[in-house]
Amino acid sequence: MAEPVKTVTLTVDGKSVTVPPGTTVLQACEQADSPVPFYCYHPGLSIAGNCRICLVEIEKAPKLQIACYTQAAEGMVVRTASDNVLQGRQDVLEFLLVNHPLDCPVCDQAGECWLQDYYMAYGLYNQKFDEQKVKKSAKAVSIGPTVMLDMERCILCSRCVRFCDEITKTGELGIFNRGDHSELGIHPGKPLDNPYAGNVVDVCPVGALTDKDFRFKCRVWYLGSTSSVCPGCSKGCNIEIHDNRERGQRPHIAQGRRIMRLKPRYNPDVNQWWMCDEGRYGYKFIDENRLTQVQLRDGSGYRAGSWDEALGLLTQTLRRLKDAQQLDRAGVVLSTHLTNEDLYVAKRVFGGFGIRSLAVQPARQGSQDDFLRRADKSPNTRGAQAMGLSFDVKAVLERAARKELSLLWVFGGDLVELAGEAQAKTIADSVDLLVFQGSNVNRTCQLAHMILPSAVYAEKDGTFTNEAGRVQRIRQAVQPLGEAKPEWRVLLDVADRTGFLWEFRDAQGVFGSLASHEAAFKGLSYDVLGDQGAMLPQKGSDPSGKGSDPNR
Amino acid sequence: MATLSDQLLHRIREAHRRRTLSWWERIYLPAIAQGLWVTSVHFWRNLFLHLAHRVGLFRRIPAAVTVQYPDEQRPTAPRLRTRHRLMQREDGTPRCVGCMLCETVCPAKCIYIVPGEHPDPSVEKYARSFDLDLGKCVYCGYCVEVCPEDAIRMDTQRHDIAAFSRDGMWLDIIELLHPGSRKHTDPPKKFIQLELEDFRRLKQSG
Repeated sequence: MAEPVKTVTLTVDGKSVTVPPGTTVLQACEQADSPVPFYCYHPGLSIAGNCRICLVEIEKAPKLQIACYTQAAEGMVVRTASDNVLQGRQDVLEFLLVNHPLDCPVCDQAGECWLQDYYMAYGLYNQKFDEQKVKKSAKAVSIGPTVMLDMERCILCSRCVRFCDEITKTGELGIFNRGDHSELGIHPGKPLDNPYAGNVVDVCPVGALTDKDFRFKCRVWYLGSTSSVCPGCSKGCNIEIHDNRERGQRPHIAQGRRIMRLKPRYNPDVNQWWMCDEGRYGYKFIDENRLTQVQLRDGSGYRAGSWDEALGLLTQTLRRLKDAQQLDRAGVVLSTHLTNEDLYVAKRVFGGFGIRSLAVQPARQGSQDDFLRRADKSPNTRGAQAMGLSFDVKAVLERAARKELSLLWVFGGDLVELAGEAQAKTIADSVDLLVFQGSNVNRTCQLAHMILPSAVYAEKDGTFTNEAGRVQRIRQAVQPLGEAKPEWRVLLDVADRTGFLWEFRDAQGVFGSLASHEAAFKGLSYDVLGDQGAMLPQKGSDPSGKGSDPNR
Repeated sequence: MATLSDQLLHRIREAHRRRTLSWWERIYLPAIAQGLWVTSVHFWRNLFLHLAHRVGLFRRIPAAVTVQYPDEQRPTAPRLRTRHRLMQREDGTPRCVGCMLCETVCPAKCIYIVPGEHPDPSVEKYARSFDLDLGKCVYCGYCVEVCPEDAIRMDTQRHDIAAFSRDGMWLDIIELLHPGSRKHTDPPKKFIQLELEDFRRLKQSG
């Protein structure tokens, strides 16, 4: 038997491309750097072929063909920019816009609307339509807890319907009626309420589906975008952080909040094109209830301190313990919300001192499913495991409660949630110095003797290791609020004052050192990680701590 | 062929070159006499005409061109860009739909809009607050030009913008909808956010 043909070679706009069989013409065109416009086509969904804007001219075919549904064939000659094609696109666009309202001023999609984009690129026609537009019934209608529908703006590409049918398999959305009167809608009494509902707003190429959370909050052209990773669970979905980059001049927008929304970012190995609503709307803590000042206990209340003062006090305490050979009287509770860099610097600095009572707080557990959401609601459990850190936080806290510790340094997590109200109080009373270093106000703040503000994930560079062992970059989208600093930076400052010298001065340097000192991270660097991250070289080489399952 | 920049450079050099004065101009004295002559003609003419106007003579010949501002104000051309106003719907609510185009296009970044959800889905969005800082405004008129709803105009013919403080140059949404309603000693209600009912009440109370 002859070897089956493995590739197909075709010509697109005079350029020859070789693609595997089964590739559509649209994908081949993209590969040939002659992209074709499309609305209904989505690489993550089935092909509907109903928007008709991806028309291309294929030699020997009698009419223009849609590129998204036509399979590439050997010897095919495709033209994406001939006069015929351009005329066809323009006509299709005119049809799509026949019933489309001139809503751009009030439409949230304006600025990132594919109708606007393609009209400017391929439309610019003189409108021939002078009949009455068919008015659709639903305008600014809530179809679920997070999504608003505007039927007039819909071009019936059916992406959202296919998303609900194929990805979430919940099938809330459907297209009802026929012809001019076709309408997207929900079934009576069945709102669009699934954990991934926010994605229909992303797939909607026009302003038909808008996000209630983002609605009218900020114009999209004010937004800046930073690639990052969702810290909401151990899946590590790739996201883009959209911040209001004009907030300096326009402080009135959304009450001055900095982060406006999160959007999923394509990563074929993690989340593909999607993200869950829990992560999508889980950005509020970045601007709410933040700790922005170094605070020191002053009697029953707190007074504002400076970093200099706080670090001086910490250094002094550590020195005293060291001189008295009492370093076993210091305890550290780390968190799985810290980045690999934070954890590594903590391990090095505290290890360098000789502090043994160091444990990572186990992650909060939550809802999970077999798609993206994971029960482990922290982004870096795997990273802490890979570094061989102990998860036996109970032992540390019990020692503290037994008055065996004089310094307890808690990172991020809530001591009250961890140990219970009564024990947390006991701990606070029995240690000489309880340091809380975190980004947001929680109940530990009322017990701690020293509060250090730390930067949230959107304010620092670093990496998270997801459940599968993929190390992924987070990038700084906004400056730390107030006096907040990344945890590793504070630890380095403490180390500097005690006379240690480190070879790194920035997150990249920390990671470089991490890669050379920790076997599990061997060979990794920010360059290797790139935008999509990279797997830890060895899998499960580290014994795991208590409270989490290394196989998941 | 000379390029455009060459031509421009040439023109700039031409403009910088001083014209040489003639002998007549260089002795200066004739120019001084000429100046004195012009000034005196105006002085005596105005003196005579003003006195004559007092006794009711030569009323049709105008005297000095000084306008007795503010008792007397010159009419301005309707297309002159003067202080802004916001247009209203019939019920007194702003016509502005909060599209933020003026805020975006404003080169001085002096417009601040907070939009809100309008109960009528065919309107959908309205400006809850609309503030304009005249202390920053450069009167370019881009906001008027860009507005898709004809909601902002610069045709109040008010150009007497003087204030005792920077805040006095601030126009809140009430002042923009009802120009002249605020006393110049009152502080502006910066970023005041109004409901639709408030706008209707404002219109009724005049």
